[in-house]
Formats: sequence, C-alpha cells, structure tokens
Amino acid sequence: MSGSMELKSSSAPVLTVQHATKRFGPVLALDDVDIQACAGEVLALLGDNGAGKSTMIKCISGVHQLDEGEICLNGVPTAIRSPGNAREAGIETVYQDLALFDNLTPSQNFYAGRELSYPAWLPLGLRFMKSREMERVTAEVLNRLRVILPKPDATVALMSGGQRQAVAVARATVFARKLVILDEPTAALGLREARKVLDLIAQLRDEGNAVILITHNMEHVTELASRAIVLRQGRKVGELLPTKENQQELVSMIVGA
Amino acid sequence: MGPVAILLLLIVVLSFLSPYFLTPRNIGNILSQTAVIAVVAMGQHLVILTRGIDLSVGANLALATVVGALVFQVTDSALMVVLAMVVSGGFVGFINGSVYVFGRLPHPFIITLATLSIAKGVALELSGGRAMPGMPEFIRTIGGGTVLGVPGSLFVVVGIAMLMLVMARNMVWGRWLYAVGGRPEAAVQMGIPVKWVLISAYTISGLCAGIGAVLLAGRTDAGSPLFGNLLELDTIAAVIIGGASFLGGRGHIGHALIGAVMIGVIRNALNLLNVDIFFQLIVIGVVIVLAVESDVLRNHLEGRMRVLQAARQQ
Ligand SMILES: Nc1ncnc2c1ncn2[C@@H]1O[C@H](COP(=O)(O)OP(=O)(O)O)[C@@H](O)[C@H]1O
Ligand SMILES: [Mg+2]
Repeated sequence: MSGSMELKSSSAPVLTVQHATKRFGPVLALDDVDIQACAGEVLALLGDNGAGKSTMIKCISGVHQLDEGEICLNGVPTAIRSPGNAREAGIETVYQDLALFDNLTPSQNFYAGRELSYPAWLPLGLRFMKSREMERVTAEVLNRLRVILPKPDATVALMSGGQRQAVAVARATVFARKLVILDEPTAALGLREARKVLDLIAQLRDEGNAVILITHNMEHVTELASRAIVLRQGRKVGELLPTKENQQELVSMIVGA
Repeated sequence: MGPVAILLLLIVVLSFLSPYFLTPRNIGNILSQTAVIAVVAMGQHLVILTRGIDLSVGANLALATVVGALVFQVTDSALMVVLAMVVSGGFVGFINGSVYVFGRLPHPFIITLATLSIAKGVALELSGGRAMPGMPEFIRTIGGGTVLGVPGSLFVVVGIAMLMLVMARNMVWGRWLYAVGGRPEAAVQMGIPVKWVLISAYTISGLCAGIGAVLLAGRTDAGSPLFGNLLELDTIAAVIIGGASFLGGRGHIGHALIGAVMIGVIRNALNLLNVDIFFQLIVIGVVIVLAVESDVLRNHLEGRMRVLQAARQQ
C-alpha cells in the first residue's frame, strides 16, 4: 500500500495550481492557494462551508477565472477561459448542483455541449446529431458502471437523488481524460447510493485519472484519498496523508479549533 | 387532458353551436386568419423555450409591412419586398437578443417591450401613420390567395413548421435550445455557447415576425403601422395554451401550431356567435390565465411525484 502511494506521488502532477487568488467584491474567496493533483490519485479538498472549495474547482473548470495565480496542466501553463476550454483540456467536473438538465434524458445530458454530430466541417451548433450513437454509448457506459435506471430514455426529472448523481458521475467518466473534479458528490445520498458513487470514483482513479474530491465525510476521505488539502477562509491551512489515526487532527484543521 | 383533445372538444361543441362553423369556407377563413398567428407563434415558441418572452413581435411585424411597402415603391420585384420584410423582422429580433445578452439585462421583458415601442414608432414615422396600399401579386397570393386550391399561407406555415422541427430535433442547435431553457447555469457549465443560442432564438422570432408580415401584407394588400396589435398576446397565448411551458425547456413546435389554431378557432367562434370584440379580449385573457395556471400546476405535480418516487427508492 505505502509502496504504491510513493509511486503515485512520484508521478508528474497532472494539475498544478499556484498562488491562486480570487475575490468576489470584498470577499477574498481564495488567498494564495497552491494545490497539485497526480494521475491515479484522489486528492481530498476539505474545509468548512465558505472555505473556498467550490470557488477553487470552478476556477479550474473554467466557470470562474483566477484573479491571480497560474494553472498548469502536465506542467504547461494553461489559460482556462471557459468550461468548454476545460473540457477540451480533459478536465471533467461533477458540480455540487450536478448541472443536469431535468428536461433531457441521460444520453442527452451526457453529450450536452459536445454532441456527436456530422458533418464535421460545420460549426458544432449547425451540425446534425447522431442520436442513436449517443444513446448506444450512454447505455453501454451506464451498463459498465452498473448504474440501473428504470427508464433509461425518460428525462432525468423523475429520477431519485442517487440516480441523478450516478448519471452526473457517469457523464464525467465517459469524457474524463486527465482530471475529474467532484464537488460533494455524496452529500444528498443514502448509504447505498453513496457507496455506488464511491465505487465510481475509485474506478475513475484506477483508470489513471487525477481525481479531486470535495466532501465533508471523513470516512470517505480516509477510504479513497491519498492526500488531503484543507482550506479555511480561502487559505490553505494544511496538507497531509489522511489515515484513520489522524482523522481527528484533520477535523480540527477544518474547523480551526 | 392534452391540448389536442381540448381542441377537438372545442370543435365539436362549436359545430353544434353554429351550423356555419364547419363549412369549408369558414375553415378556410380560420386557416388564413390563423396562419399569421401560427408563423409568429412558432418563433415565439423558441424564445419561450429559453425561458424568455418576445413582446415586440406585433410591432416588429407592423414595421416589416411598412418597410415592405416602401421597398415596393422603388422596385416591382416581389423577391426584394419579401426579403426586405424578412430582414427587417430578423434585424429587430437580433437587436432584442443582442441587447438582452450583452447588456446583461435581468429579463428579456424590458428590451422587447422597448423594441415594441421603437418599432411601432419607426413604423408610424416611415408611413406617416397611414396604411400604404399595394403589394406585389406574388405576396398577395401567398398571403390571401390559393395555390392548387389550398390557401397559400398554409404552404408557408407547413414549410416553416417542418424546418423548425428538423432544427429543434435533429440539429445540435435545437438540443442546446432545450438545454439553455432547462437549466441556463448548467448550460454554461457544460460549455454550451448560451449567449449565441439566446441571440439566435430572438433573431429567429424576429424572422418569423417578418414572414408573418409577408402573409398579413399579402392578405390585406397593404403595409400598415397599425398591424399586429396584440399579436404578442395571441402568440404567447398560443404557445402556452398549446402546452409548452413558461418555465423553459419544455414544448415543441406542435404546441405552437395547436395553440395558434385554438386561438384562431376561439376568435372565429366568438365572431360567429356575435360576441362583441371587447368581450373577446376578456375571454382570451381568461383563457391565458387558465393555461398558465395549468402549466404551473403540471410542474408542481411533477415535482411532488419526484419527491415521492425518490422517497420510495430510498
Ligand atoms: N459567485 C459568487 N459571488 C460572490 N461570492 C461568492 C460567489 N461564490 C462564492 N462566494 C463566496 O466565496 C466564499 C467561498 O465560497 P465557496 O467556494 O462556495 O465555499 P465552499 O464551497 O468551500 O463552501 C464564500 O464566502 C462565498 O460566499
Ligand atoms: Mg461548495
């Protein structure tokens, strides 16, 4: 176990963020934060509500732009100006609010913004969709991840919290090529549903992705994460290897006691 | 109960109330009166799909007929006149979309209300406040004449409906339209070019107003700044009565068409039954309230069902 951990941390970082600073008016949401994520590793991003976790990942996924600081992908400084940019760079994000379209089916949700389409010489918006192919791939992926939906062709509006979460995570798994970010993916779930999502995360990691996991559940952190970074009021206040033994230390770092 | 069932019921009841209602002549009347509402409602429908509203369609249409009439004064080319009307409509729509998006307005209500006023004012200026009679024969034929025994406007309505059906169901653009209407924040997060999707919806709504202008100018053989009064009401009502949702992302082109026919049928029936024009306004208003309320109720019930279903699966 510890051997493989050393191997992972010695692999070159997929993502390096340095001196990240972000203000919302008077609020300093991020204050000179550095983080790194490596291939085949789950990095836990921890902190109390309002600590700046969501802001951090939104800057990485192109929803917000950093005021100061630099983002490097595979060592190359990269400007991520839009969510589209981030996706093209191989960064997939499962947002806290899931970013699912209630009025669309799972397959339509999977491919929203990157529809399989033809002819290639037209701008994406003007192309025609390959609906069958998108449905086929979606069914395959859900099947492979053992996500069972009673009505796979129905809109996601009528699905349970767990099913929706599974669809959102599954969407990330299809397209992830480098980095997957999950913002509190188990917050609203029952035990069984949370288990499923944790398994999906482990699978993403084992496929060689770098994973950033935001969660308040310390059990999940010790189970999956090989590193934890703690934010408090926009500042990085600690970084350690989470184990059962130092769980208490982690919690006091988070609450600042 | 679906809108189609309501429409059929309405037709059955009305055919008993007035023997004249189901005559071919009256049906032809309904169709040609409905054509303008139908075309403009299809554009309005795209805008409503994105959670928006286009209040400017009536004034936009009036301006387009005046522009068409002016162009007809300098050229006999029917093509040029048609183009002028459609481009005029599309231009106003593009302004609506651009100001809404790039002006970061909280709601399209304000900008389309402003262009309603501006387009009306420009139309009155350009025409001196009077109707401008005369339209090329081609336009008269599609607006009010028949081709092969079928009202010319029907070809236009069906043509646009087919085109929109393909655009909405088969093109990526259509999927984006539904995504933007379903959840705008998520559309941004998924990298969909939300601004351009919105601008395109308002532009197409404007183009439809321009095409509606061709039909109305053709039927009346004139351009007039007074055309299109309350057309925003009729088209919004058509879309909502037809079964699309004000809450965005739900509905299809059939809803706009069914709704337009329903409005046309109701108007026609009120006329046949000698209901005076003032009371007609009241009836249409009440129908809109009922339709919007049923939309809200439908969404509420769906939300409840989801909670129940989720609870059962825990
Ligand atoms: N879009 C925004 N506009 C203004 N303030 C924001 C915005 N997003 C986050 N904040 C503020 O930034 C701080 C960090 O928020 P956030 O990153 O959401 O915290 P966390 O995800 O750790 O709970 C909070 O004080 C929050 O109020
Ligand atoms: Mg958060």
